[in-house]
Amino acid sequence: MSDSPAIANGAVAADHHEHPAYQRHHFHSVEQQADTTNFAMWLFLLTEIMFFGGLFTAYLIFRNWYYPAFVEASHQLNIFWGTANTAVLISSSFTMAMGVWSAEMRRKGTLVLCLVLTFILGLIFLGIKTIEYSEKIEKHHVPGFHYSLQSFTNPASDPEIYKEYHDKPMALDMARHTELYFFLYFAMTGMHALHMIIGIAILGFMILRARAGAYTTGHVTFVENFGLYWHFVDIIWIFLFPLLYLISRHQ
Amino acid sequence: MSSTIVSLPDQSTARIPKTNFITKENGLLSWLLTGDHKRIAVLYLISITFFFAIGGALAGLIRLELLTPQTDLMATDTYNKVFTMHGVIMVFLFLVPSVPATLGNFLIPIMIGAKDLALPKINLLSWYLYVVGGILVIYTMASGGVDTGWTFTTPLSTHYVNTNVMSTGLAVFIAGFSSIFTGLNFIVTLHKMRCPGMTWFRLPLFCWAHYAASILMVLGTPVLAIAIVLIALERTVGIGVFDPAKGGDPLLFQHLFWFYSHPAVYIMILPGMGVISETISTFSRKRVFGYTAVAFSSVAIAVFGFFVWAHHMFIMGISNYAVLVFSLLTMLVAVPSAIKIFNWTFTLYKGSITFETPMLYSFGFMGLFTIGGMTGVFLGASGTDIHLTETYFIVAHFHFVMVGGMLMAFLAGIHFWWPKITGRMYPEKISQLAAVVTFIGFNLTFFPQFILGTLGMPRRYAAYPPEFQVLNVFSTAGATILGVGYLLPILYLTWSLKYGEIAGNNPWQATGLEWQIQSPPLTENFIETPIMDHEAYDYEWLERQKATEVASVG
Repeated sequence: MSDSPAIANGAVAADHHEHPAYQRHHFHSVEQQADTTNFAMWLFLLTEIMFFGGLFTAYLIFRNWYYPAFVEASHQLNIFWGTANTAVLISSSFTMAMGVWSAEMRRKGTLVLCLVLTFILGLIFLGIKTIEYSEKIEKHHVPGFHYSLQSFTNPASDPEIYKEYHDKPMALDMARHTELYFFLYFAMTGMHALHMIIGIAILGFMILRARAGAYTTGHVTFVENFGLYWHFVDIIWIFLFPLLYLISRHQ
Repeated sequence: MSSTIVSLPDQSTARIPKTNFITKENGLLSWLLTGDHKRIAVLYLISITFFFAIGGALAGLIRLELLTPQTDLMATDTYNKVFTMHGVIMVFLFLVPSVPATLGNFLIPIMIGAKDLALPKINLLSWYLYVVGGILVIYTMASGGVDTGWTFTTPLSTHYVNTNVMSTGLAVFIAGFSSIFTGLNFIVTLHKMRCPGMTWFRLPLFCWAHYAASILMVLGTPVLAIAIVLIALERTVGIGVFDPAKGGDPLLFQHLFWFYSHPAVYIMILPGMGVISETISTFSRKRVFGYTAVAFSSVAIAVFGFFVWAHHMFIMGISNYAVLVFSLLTMLVAVPSAIKIFNWTFTLYKGSITFETPMLYSFGFMGLFTIGGMTGVFLGASGTDIHLTETYFIVAHFHFVMVGGMLMAFLAGIHFWWPKITGRMYPEKISQLAAVVTFIGFNLTFFPQFILGTLGMPRRYAAYPPEFQVLNVFSTAGATILGVGYLLPILYLTWSLKYGEIAGNNPWQATGLEWQIQSPPLTENFIETPIMDHEAYDYEWLERQKATEVASVG
């Protein structure tokens, strides 16, 4: 090792000058950088799986214990909106995948279009979620806030749902476990919606950057990694939808 | 044969290199906005030392209260708050980040021949998250404290206490993400940033240990995060997941909490084991015996560590079959731990052992960790556990592992790499004294607690029957000595920053890549990317290097 700072600095400077601007100083090559950030994103998604895993565990235990309550409570969810939302989210994953493709193909116009479409579809998802949440608020099905058991102890009082499912009245000690179902519903879909909101915020930022041509110069790591995140959030919903909406559909 | 391997440059001519990571830029902002892993490590070192001092002071208060059987120093609820804050600070703000965030941060990129960690900004973010978590803990203490114990046991934490559970929970949640980001960064770095020729089996064992600990951080910590979110919702909204009155299950909290918090003890101990592998090899001038076995035993501890969590719940009403299975799985963890201890011992066999301070601390680690680990097997056996759980036996057991093990390893590592971090040696004689004082003080503090536990003294009480007083006086006296043992390094290490001898590149004649560069290192670590052409701990390679150096100078 040299003791002379001049030589040390010279060597470092020489090491630096031929890099593209987006390559961080501590990587040898753009490939290494892309590979590394990509791997980090996958690991981050792994931590997300563990994070949601706690909620899924709680769901599985309580669904096993209080199956009748979970079935009747799930009848309160609006399958039409739920299915619509699933379709919206899958479409947004498609537009996102197209976005990654157009970034790789260096098509700026298509990229911006795809990102804007993903952005809009994300907002539509949240809009529909708001409609669903407000239904729950109207019926006092939000746990902890004047939660009402009426729809379960006396299903006939809830004609719209009753007409479709003809649920029998539940005994009070089982009916009150619907509150646990709704808590899990709000916790899981809420946590999912929070991830959507974060994703949409990042999308907004990406649209601005993409219009400035940031992702169409061959450096697509950021778009690619965001795509992974977006698909992950999508996959969480793919699990939430049958677990929460379709509990009794096989009967 | 000389009694020391220390080789320092001629003090009359030696200088600290003018350009290094400390002098590269000046000003507070250049530190607070740095991406340099070495500067972030120094920031972490300062902050964890600060919290260690607070946690240590609280431990002092606990021991002082337990000097007499009556509750004369503080009221019982104050005592509850003091031991809770001691636990929270020591676990989440000291032990979990201790070695990884300081030494790991500093050394892993250098050991693998990289310029930095893979994600420098995430690394800095992790420090800021740590600081926010720390500030919240201080806020908690200033505004009345919390008294649930560091385990946040439900329904106590959700229904019965009105202390600052929320702010503590938030602090742990945020500090948890700091740990996730550190672990994620290490895994990515070790996979993708190794220099040419640095294969997995040429990595120093320090890196393997951190890799295993990082797996635990990445997979375990999110589960703790969600458990704390659920506690917070239970307290604010009353959602009932952990509330039997609403059909929930307090045991579910225990499962979620210990799914993280048992692996967390391996997060704490594994990096320490990494340190010991380095020091034992260097100070016995031998390659670590059974390198591959030691490397894989780290991974085995990480894997087994995920399947033993329910041994914290033997008396909490889990099924007898679960107890049986978890009891067996728990004993399985003893196997990889023993592999490490045996291999280190075999490394010493016929080695040229010298007794510099890091080695003294390492010997302390090996002895104390062995006792701590073996008593863990007592507690893993469900029959003995039912007698010993919730007594001082538990307290003594985990302090032997955490303080006797991890803290000894941390101090071994700090002394070992101090010349690399600062460019100056610590004073040898007084630090050897500190190592011995720590060892004696530690044993005097915690060994009596094993006896107290078997006699049936329960943990977490401010008062106790008078017949336990003698042993408690021993323990408190030991804590005083231990306090001196920890105060000494803080003082003389600070002193050495200005007055220590110039260390040169490789004061220990060690083989790691970090010892082949200047101390303190350059911001970029290496002038040109190194190429690894030999195995780890290859002392013959080092001899050849020195021979060629002499030849080329001559």
